[in-house]
Amino acid sequence: MNVINNKWIGQSTIRPDGADKVTGRASYSADTTMPGMIWGKVLRSPHAHARIVSIDTSRAEALPGVKAVVTHKDIVDFPLDKSVMLGIQDMRWMCRNVMAREKALFHGHPIAAVAAMSERIAAEACRLIEVEYEVLPHVIEIEDAIKPDAPILHDFVSFEGRPSNIAGKLEHKLGEVEAGFAAADVVIERSFTTRPVHQGYIEPHSCLVSVVDGKATIWSSSQGQFMVRAMTSLLTGIPQSDIRAIPAEIGGGFGGKTIIYLEPVATILAKKTGRPVKMVMSREEVMRATGPTSGSMSTVKIGAKKDGTIVAAQGTFYLQAGGLPGSPIRGAAGCAFAPYNIPNVLSTGFDVVSNRSKVAAYRAPGAPIGAYAVECVLDEVAEALKMDPLALRLKNAARQGTKAAHGPVYPVIGFVETIEAAMAHPHSQAPLGKHQGRGVASGFWFNAGGESSAQVNVTEDGNVVVTTGHPDIGGSRASIANITAELLGIDYKRVSVLIGDTATIGYSNLTGGSRVLFASAMVVTQSTEKVIKTLCERAAKIWKIDPEAVVWEDGEAKPAGENAGKFPGLSLAQIAAKASETGGPIGAGVQQNTQGAEGGFATHVCDVEVDVDLGIVRVLRYTSFQDVGRAVHPAYVEGQMQGGAAQGIGWALSEEYLYDKNGKVDNASFLDYRMPVCSDLPMLDAVMIEVPNPKHPQGVRGVGEVPLVPPLAAVANAVANALGKRFYSLPMSPPRVLEVLDGA
Amino acid sequence: MAKMHVTTTINGEPEEFLCDPHDSMLDMLRGALGLTGAKEGCGTGDCGACSIMLDGRLVCSCLMLAPEAEGKKIDTIEGMARGETLHPLQQKFLEMAALQCGICTPGVLMASRALLERNPDPTESEVRFWLAGNLCRCTGYDKIVRAVMETAAEMRGAAR
Repeated sequence: MNVINNKWIGQSTIRPDGADKVTGRASYSADTTMPGMIWGKVLRSPHAHARIVSIDTSRAEALPGVKAVVTHKDIVDFPLDKSVMLGIQDMRWMCRNVMAREKALFHGHPIAAVAAMSERIAAEACRLIEVEYEVLPHVIEIEDAIKPDAPILHDFVSFEGRPSNIAGKLEHKLGEVEAGFAAADVVIERSFTTRPVHQGYIEPHSCLVSVVDGKATIWSSSQGQFMVRAMTSLLTGIPQSDIRAIPAEIGGGFGGKTIIYLEPVATILAKKTGRPVKMVMSREEVMRATGPTSGSMSTVKIGAKKDGTIVAAQGTFYLQAGGLPGSPIRGAAGCAFAPYNIPNVLSTGFDVVSNRSKVAAYRAPGAPIGAYAVECVLDEVAEALKMDPLALRLKNAARQGTKAAHGPVYPVIGFVETIEAAMAHPHSQAPLGKHQGRGVASGFWFNAGGESSAQVNVTEDGNVVVTTGHPDIGGSRASIANITAELLGIDYKRVSVLIGDTATIGYSNLTGGSRVLFASAMVVTQSTEKVIKTLCERAAKIWKIDPEAVVWEDGEAKPAGENAGKFPGLSLAQIAAKASETGGPIGAGVQQNTQGAEGGFATHVCDVEVDVDLGIVRVLRYTSFQDVGRAVHPAYVEGQMQGGAAQGIGWALSEEYLYDKNGKVDNASFLDYRMPVCSDLPMLDAVMIEVPNPKHPQGVRGVGEVPLVPPLAAVANAVANALGKRFYSLPMSPPRVLEVLDGA
Repeated sequence: MAKMHVTTTINGEPEEFLCDPHDSMLDMLRGALGLTGAKEGCGTGDCGACSIMLDGRLVCSCLMLAPEAEGKKIDTIEGMARGETLHPLQQKFLEMAALQCGICTPGVLMASRALLERNPDPTESEVRFWLAGNLCRCTGYDKIVRAVMETAAEMRGAAR
């Protein structure tokens, strides 16, 4: 698999944090306590849409054991007429999501919060807060929200000159689609819907905050301690230099922990009470008030020549934003057609608000929604042309030099390789039985670079400590250790990898966008190279020769050139032992806005069997083919591919939010919100294809998000193949399958 | 309300604690007893992250009242390794990368050990149905199932 003869890169080493995690010792955010700690609890809106007339907290404050109450008045306001952006988040929406201001916009929207001596007292105090609401008509579904007479959520949102729930539009255009369709022999246009799905991390949101002498320390579970610091600073008014955000181990995020919910509230409660405040969401709160990703309504039209050449493609994607603007239309409209070389493309996304919890990022945000519609229509185009669906994709696959509708001209990419691998794989030829079917689909995700910091220090006894700034969700510490050990030529176990907090490592952007290994490997590599240069200089000093005449090989400084062989090599430990007398401590750090992340592509093949009596779809076999750039730690790359496939299967078959007529989520539990369990799935085969990213020292491409892009369509196409009937909405749950089978 | 005094055995050691009658065993473990290896993912017995053994039976500690521990033997993830020596399941999970974020891992390991104690030679289906009460959102279960089966095979080999 590895073209270079590496010792550590490409090895599935045991992760540095592994023993802590299998013994229960690892410290997640809710595991943290402090002396004198009290508990915070949030009061949430019982209405899907209501104007907040008044909030009276006096009875709650009078309850014995209650230490403080906060409302929106305690949170910094970001007026509606001026956008303040932090990354992709608009603080106008973030401040209103953390605590409702003018209106409650969804059932479960935070209205106030209490800190008390126990969780039970805090919950009781929440019940004593008197809120006067003016209940307003609510709207949940996109099709209702975009009707002319729909209840309008926000006066400040208008579209085409009229008050509207359409809060934004994004368009990618290439060539002329009308002329393209006119030249096509086959044109297929279909409309699709998908339901919102939750990221489903098993660890609920939580935090512990202490404020002493005006300085806050935050322990919390997030995908970015620097994001926690910046957002808490903006929402509390405490300067960033007075906030220390400490990343706890994180129990899953998938994008859902790239924003904050509790941290600023707990910070204000801690400041008011002078006591450390802990807040932990229940699963029900997670389901009602965090995430999910958007539900959608899409129409996709694709035109092709008889030989299979796609000449035009058009897509319109309406995505739910929840109660406040900001759905991932960029991912949906941008990624939908990105795997293909199509001369004429028009791809449009609409951001639609409705009375649901505000959406949060979910693994390749928006992209699975776009790919679902496009890849299902492609299947029908292949059928109409009597072409093999993989052959159709291969014929139109984007390659180096292809101009994508969302902007770039592709550099070296590995999409073709994923299709060829799928075609050659035994899975694609395996026989199918009665009521069984096979589906294929491909997908694309942008991937990201951005800001990262690293510090590599040599210890006095000749070992190495690496600190980076990214919470490790899926094994990134192991990959960093592999790279550092490889560069230094030392044993992997001599490298210790830590995640710094905001006070101990330089600014590092989120764990998100499939960026962590791409970006952190870059700064760790540069830091390690600086350390190696220093080690060579110190050896030169010891030998009293020119530093240029020293090379680092096999974990040793060796004299080179005309000095070669004159002195025995000096190991890392030998040089470290003499560090003080040769110039001082040895270490180096690099802080950088990393560039050169290139897109990721995947092709998935799925077999299903449909129980035509019960309507149950069972996945029998699943194989993912992905260009992973370079698998620095293959087992954890496979893990990303398998986990994404499983989430996609859930999205396709069983996961959805159910709302009652009052706009309240009816299935806010793991029992009723049905994520795949172990007995629902087969083994998930992962075929890694390595087309190294030429802009990265190890060839790394992001691998974490692409795996969730193809599965929705791969499963849908397999079901269509099994039944000879097509589905245009997800999930394909038993009641829906029976409806389609009955011809309803 | 008067606290209840409970005498029990946790990971082989005698233990006593005071609790309210409505406290869950999970709250006592994570709170007063300082054993935070069991996690609360749902509080409704759906995710299995809080799995413990109660007199040799696998239970969700979030669904067990703390006073029920009276006179019983409780085993938690903290008692699975012997000092620095990991249980074969723990070791295999590390070697085969059967965890990503790790939050479900303590519960999955407790459940897997309970399975292998009853059935040292489970089929893939038996592993999948036994672990159906332990949600994992990261791995897609593939590496977990493989690690459990591989451990079972090794433990059978060692027992021979």
